Amino acid sequence: MSSHETSKYVPTHPVAKWFEDRLPLIGFTKSTLIDYPTPKNLNYWWTFGGILAFMLGVQIVTGIVLAMHYTPNAAMAFDSVEMIKRDVNGGRLIQAVHATGASMFFFAVYIHIFRGLYFGSYKAPREILWILGVIIYLLMMATAFFGYVLPWGQMSFWAAAVITNIFAAIPVIGDPILQLLRGGFAVDNPTLNRFFSLHYLLPFIIAAVVVLHIWALHVPGNNNPIGVEVKEKRDTVPFHPFYTMKDLFAVVVFCIPFAWFAFFAPDILGHSDNYIMANPLVTPPHIVPEWYFLPFYAILRAIDFNFIIDSKLLGVIFFGGSILILFFVPWLDTSKVRSGTFRPAFKWFYWLFVVNFLLLMWYGAQEPALQVLGPFTVADVSKLSVVYYFAYFIVVLPLLGRFEKPRPLPNSISESVLSKPAAATT
Amino acid sequence: MGEVIARAVRGLRKVARNQASGGDISTLATESNLAHDETPDPGKRDFLYVATAAVGVVAVGGVAWPIINQMNPDASVLALASVEYDMSKIETGSAVTIKWRGTPVFVRNRTQKEIDEARAVPMDQLKDPEKDEDRVQKGHDNWLVMVALCTHLGCIPVGESGEFGGWLCPCHGSQYDTSGRIRKGPAPKNLVIPPYKFLTDTKIQIG
Repeated sequence: MSSHETSKYVPTHPVAKWFEDRLPLIGFTKSTLIDYPTPKNLNYWWTFGGILAFMLGVQIVTGIVLAMHYTPNAAMAFDSVEMIKRDVNGGRLIQAVHATGASMFFFAVYIHIFRGLYFGSYKAPREILWILGVIIYLLMMATAFFGYVLPWGQMSFWAAAVITNIFAAIPVIGDPILQLLRGGFAVDNPTLNRFFSLHYLLPFIIAAVVVLHIWALHVPGNNNPIGVEVKEKRDTVPFHPFYTMKDLFAVVVFCIPFAWFAFFAPDILGHSDNYIMANPLVTPPHIVPEWYFLPFYAILRAIDFNFIIDSKLLGVIFFGGSILILFFVPWLDTSKVRSGTFRPAFKWFYWLFVVNFLLLMWYGAQEPALQVLGPFTVADVSKLSVVYYFAYFIVVLPLLGRFEKPRPLPNSISESVLSKPAAATT
Repeated sequence: MGEVIARAVRGLRKVARNQASGGDISTLATESNLAHDETPDPGKRDFLYVATAAVGVVAVGGVAWPIINQMNPDASVLALASVEYDMSKIETGSAVTIKWRGTPVFVRNRTQKEIDEARAVPMDQLKDPEKDEDRVQKGHDNWLVMVALCTHLGCIPVGESGEFGGWLCPCHGSQYDTSGRIRKGPAPKNLVIPPYKFLTDTKIQIG
């Protein structure tokens, strides 16, 4: 993208000039958010970055407001959330926006990640951009988990018990770490207190990593649906007004289901057991995580056999590995072609991966003993899905690059745009 | 001997300095080496750098440790280390759940049938082989005292259920037999026996 002329802001007003000489903030904003040259062929899948930035803002604003009324104490937390919903002015809606906002946030991040996987957005020179994205995703998972514990219902409590217990699988130092995390021998008030503290902290860390993520985006510039780099100025349009307006429109459309959830069905994605106050002596009969963790939960649960090491540690290794493997995708995919649009074989494996991911999500919500295929249970078939999940990264991506014959690429973005509708983009 | 080596090093640096072409960054580097060289004893300065860094690391560690350690169980949590329990009201074939250190503990008065079942299991069918006799105290074979947390991820198993007549964990489907030993599912270990002793025939102290 070296051909891009970075805009040079020349202040005209003397006050602006005085300010710009001391802190070139206006020029920086203009070049990064207004004049930033953006490929002119970005489709709607590319609007999810903007949607995610919007969702982070929504969660931080509603969260700060909720913290003004919430009490992080094991005896009072549950009641304080009910008090927010019933007594605080507009509290029902603010709480609902924050709680369903987490789901909308994860929905958007999954689209964003799968868009990157399809269009090869992780490939050189965007590896750091991708890795920062995976870090943001990990931080989001931690934040969502801490937040889910705060209402201190039964699901909150047992989610905290199960997830912290994952660390107990670490040999030798597992138990001391578990006690350190919980601040006791079991999940209790100290655990709730620290989770509240961390739940408040992490979104600001996320915001900081998002700044790095956008910085890393602006160095090579956006990938685009055909995966051919920008070659000349006419391949791009300025970010404003073209993509500010497109992103804004996407945000408005995105807000329609979001508003429906918040207004009409704030509990539809939750679990009724979370309306029972936390009780350390009773485990609810059927524990499930929030929908956005289900695929990974299914992977954790699928490992129910000992293999060299015991099943618990093995399950945790697979569970952690299923997310950490994303860090290595830029080097696992050996294909020189970025966009899946020009990779005939890749498409099949990719969509199978998507279906497999959704299947894992479904398995995660079912009882392990449920029979799904003749005599085979969820516990059996989910192992198959775990195998494909990992095979996609470890076997398919490295080998496809060697054996697949990609379709010819257009010479440039402009050429591809002008020859429409030949180059379809999913 | 040390003086000889120091002189040799200085000589080598001089050669390197002469070879470096002027005007680029390597000149700058050698210039700073020059300043370094002509201090009376370069070894003393290096020692000061290392010593300062070492003290700094210790200081940072000393500040970091209390900040991490505050997360460990506090005095009020540690104070609840043991409980006594009178089991005279637990009938044969029933169980109670009591709380010890914030975690639930099962105390089950087993029937003879359950004991016989547990003792009839061959060791090679067990994922975590352990005799039933080793899981109870001698002369109190009917009393099974166990931490009521699934060894998988810590949920409370449901009693008298599952394929083995023992416990079934609702979270991930681990199944335990009438001795609390893992038989099926993702849990790796048998249910944990806490440290406990009989104060009288019907009274125990856990912890």
